[in-house]
Amino acid sequence: MSIRPSRSWIILVLAGVLALSLVLVGCGKQLSGSVSVGGSTTVQPLAQALADAFQQKHTDVGITVAGGGTAAGIKGANEGTFDIGAASRDLTTGDPALVTHLLAKDGIGIITSPGNPVTGLTKAQVVSIFSGAITNWRDVGGPNHAIDVFVRESGSGTRTAFQELVMGSENITSSALQQTSSGGIRQAVAGDPNAIGFESLAYLDSSIKALDIDGVPATQETAKDGTYPIVRPLYFLTKEQPTGLVKDFIDFCQSVEGQQIVEDNGYIAVK
Amino acid sequence: MPRASARLTQKMAMVCVWATGAITVFALLVIIGYTLYRGLPHVGWSFLTTPPRGGTSGAGGISTVIVATLYLMGLTLVILVPLGVGAAVYLAEYAPDNRLTRLIRFGTEVLAGVPSIVFGMFGFALLVIALHFKFSILSGALTLVCLLLPTLIRTSEEAIKAVPRSYREAALALGATKWQTTWRVTLPAAIAGIATGIILCIGRAMGETAALYVTMGGTTALPTSLLSSGRTLAVHLYYLATVTNNLDGAFAVGVILIIVIVVTNSITTWLSQRFRGRMAGGA
Amino acid sequence: MRARYLIDRSSRTLLLVCAFLTLVVLAAIAVYTFMFALPAIREVGLWHFLFGKVWRPESGLYGILPMIVGSVVVTLGALILAVPLGIGCAILLAEVAPQRVRQFLRPAVELLVGIPSVVYGLVGLVIVVPLVRRIEGPGLSVAAGIIVLAVMILPTIVSISEDSIRAVPKSHKEGALALGATHWQTIWRVLLPSARSGIVASVVLGMGRAIGEAMAMIMVLGMAPRIPSSLFSPASTLAGMIAAEAPEASGVHRSALFAMSVVLFLLIIVINGVALAIMRRGSRAQGIS
Repeated sequence: MSIRPSRSWIILVLAGVLALSLVLVGCGKQLSGSVSVGGSTTVQPLAQALADAFQQKHTDVGITVAGGGTAAGIKGANEGTFDIGAASRDLTTGDPALVTHLLAKDGIGIITSPGNPVTGLTKAQVVSIFSGAITNWRDVGGPNHAIDVFVRESGSGTRTAFQELVMGSENITSSALQQTSSGGIRQAVAGDPNAIGFESLAYLDSSIKALDIDGVPATQETAKDGTYPIVRPLYFLTKEQPTGLVKDFIDFCQSVEGQQIVEDNGYIAVK
Repeated sequence: MPRASARLTQKMAMVCVWATGAITVFALLVIIGYTLYRGLPHVGWSFLTTPPRGGTSGAGGISTVIVATLYLMGLTLVILVPLGVGAAVYLAEYAPDNRLTRLIRFGTEVLAGVPSIVFGMFGFALLVIALHFKFSILSGALTLVCLLLPTLIRTSEEAIKAVPRSYREAALALGATKWQTTWRVTLPAAIAGIATGIILCIGRAMGETAALYVTMGGTTALPTSLLSSGRTLAVHLYYLATVTNNLDGAFAVGVILIIVIVVTNSITTWLSQRFRGRMAGGA
Repeated sequence: MRARYLIDRSSRTLLLVCAFLTLVVLAAIAVYTFMFALPAIREVGLWHFLFGKVWRPESGLYGILPMIVGSVVVTLGALILAVPLGIGCAILLAEVAPQRVRQFLRPAVELLVGIPSVVYGLVGLVIVVPLVRRIEGPGLSVAAGIIVLAVMILPTIVSISEDSIRAVPKSHKEGALALGATHWQTIWRVLLPSARSGIVASVVLGMGRAIGEAMAMIMVLGMAPRIPSSLFSPASTLAGMIAAEAPEASGVHRSALFAMSVVLFLLIIVINGVALAIMRRGSRAQGIS
């Protein structure tokens, strides 16, 4: 004895067929050329711009750009999760041995919200603020208010570079609020008049401002000519010497055309 | 107890109770209202059909995200439903009351309590890295299957158990084997309850972020195969909110998610009413 | 005839395999998580891991006490807010509100149960955080986390508690009223205690959701790896920190995150156990079977 298929039974079967067909559609074609890039969020907009330009010239290629932070990029390149890992600092002894391809240089700006009256700090003041020694804006010429310190998460290349180039042996205070991407820092600092953070200079827009460090304004030019003290390299990393499509893409990024895109996006070319 | 003070207590208690209702309604209005207010203006045909601009601007629409979400749902359901319903059928119809059965039930209860980020870490270590599935829809789907299995088993088992015994007895009396009875009589009778469970899982999967954040990757490109990376709607919302300045876009995605939940809730309600009606008329 | 018999026997085995799969998944998660967690515990030492106050992976320091404290504080705070509100609203829906109000309110609560946590986090980020900042501190704070979590678990508590109150047999209520109790006395002394197990279950469910919440907490807590000094200072939770650092961690750092997963899971089991014990003791004292 069986029960006539009721309406809900039919709906369920149809749904199952739909689900199955979606899956089968997905099982089909794999793009002939695809490259996955991932890692540093500092590099991410640049990698995206380069990928867009490359894909315009070679329309049957798909390049996906993910974020996740420099450590994720290093790890991903090493473990094969990404074809190209993006990093915003030099590799150190603790990192796996990867092939580095210098992509660009980038300055790190100390950023505050535009409404903050403070326009510049000395490097020593920056260290004191980020280590928690100075906790009030009035100690550096600002209003009487607690300083909200924003930093990147511990795997961030920008944070590691900031630690090395600025903090030195001082530790970043544990009261610092963590954001998990460059965009996140920008958004957090833009929204908080008492905030301070560090950020890739290429991320500067009207929602935040970068402070002068030791009297030197933070711009693409000063970073380029070396007067601005906080500059670090940006890398593409591959597990071995790249071949095929990966090599083509990296060559493109290091070519004259690619480096022009680097400059246009606010980073520093490394011809 | 003197009547007057009891009535006074009651009056005060009722005020408090109505106050809690008012606060709950307020919270509801704020969340749904503000999301609609800020997101609805940005939800339109172009939003749904344009791909998102990668990087950190957050501009563009959500077309590739919708496709990735559908792929993920499809793959997850194809694996989850047979496994979950199969396990439920076993537990409801075949399982003897022995140690193994108790262990399986215990395992299901424990799995139900595991937070989704733990599933995510597990999926990340096992699927993405060790099995080299990379950040992909496959990794995400398998992780979701593990996460949703307890829910589906629980609801399906309830639905199957609710089928009156007389159905099975009549089938067996007519000479059907146990399998025939289950497949042609019991399961069809329980279908509404099972469907409710499946819809519930869909709703939960749509909202899941943590587990997919670490197993699916975060690319905005159109996924072309099961090994492609991608974003679901909820994950895309998270990225928009934390990485880009496009908060309006984030709210627009929120509107879409709310609509999805309204739809799944409605279907569930309709199904369970039908379910109740059918059972009442059965026996 | 033979075919039918074969199908019957093989289907039984197939279904058993399906059911067994849940055990396999659970075992795999348990084994893998423990395995990956061991290197960190071996390197740092269990004591320093659980009670260390400093979490600084770049210096090799892996103390998770700030995250444990953060998780407990935020969850407890959310429960303190959500449980009274939730039970009150459940009473309202089950006993007090007229049908018209209930018809609107109940589906609304069901809708809230299903809304993804990232939406709650988003609204928290855009509305609650600036509000808290007006009072004190950066806004990304324990207070913001508590409010967001409370609103997130409120619908769960309301809907399940309401079902429990409704499920109390009418005879209990009618008996009390017949004895001269007021409506409120009936609710407070008869209905609520009878519905106790369902209400506690809803609270346990809400608590599980709160302590396991990752993304929304990343958005509103500030993820500062430090024991919060006040309601308005930032904090971090176990689940949030794991999700925030997982994509990039490797080596000992990644292992430490797995160890945090273990701690998180154990914490949930302990709290669940405590809640169930309270429930069992309470019902025994009441003499309710």
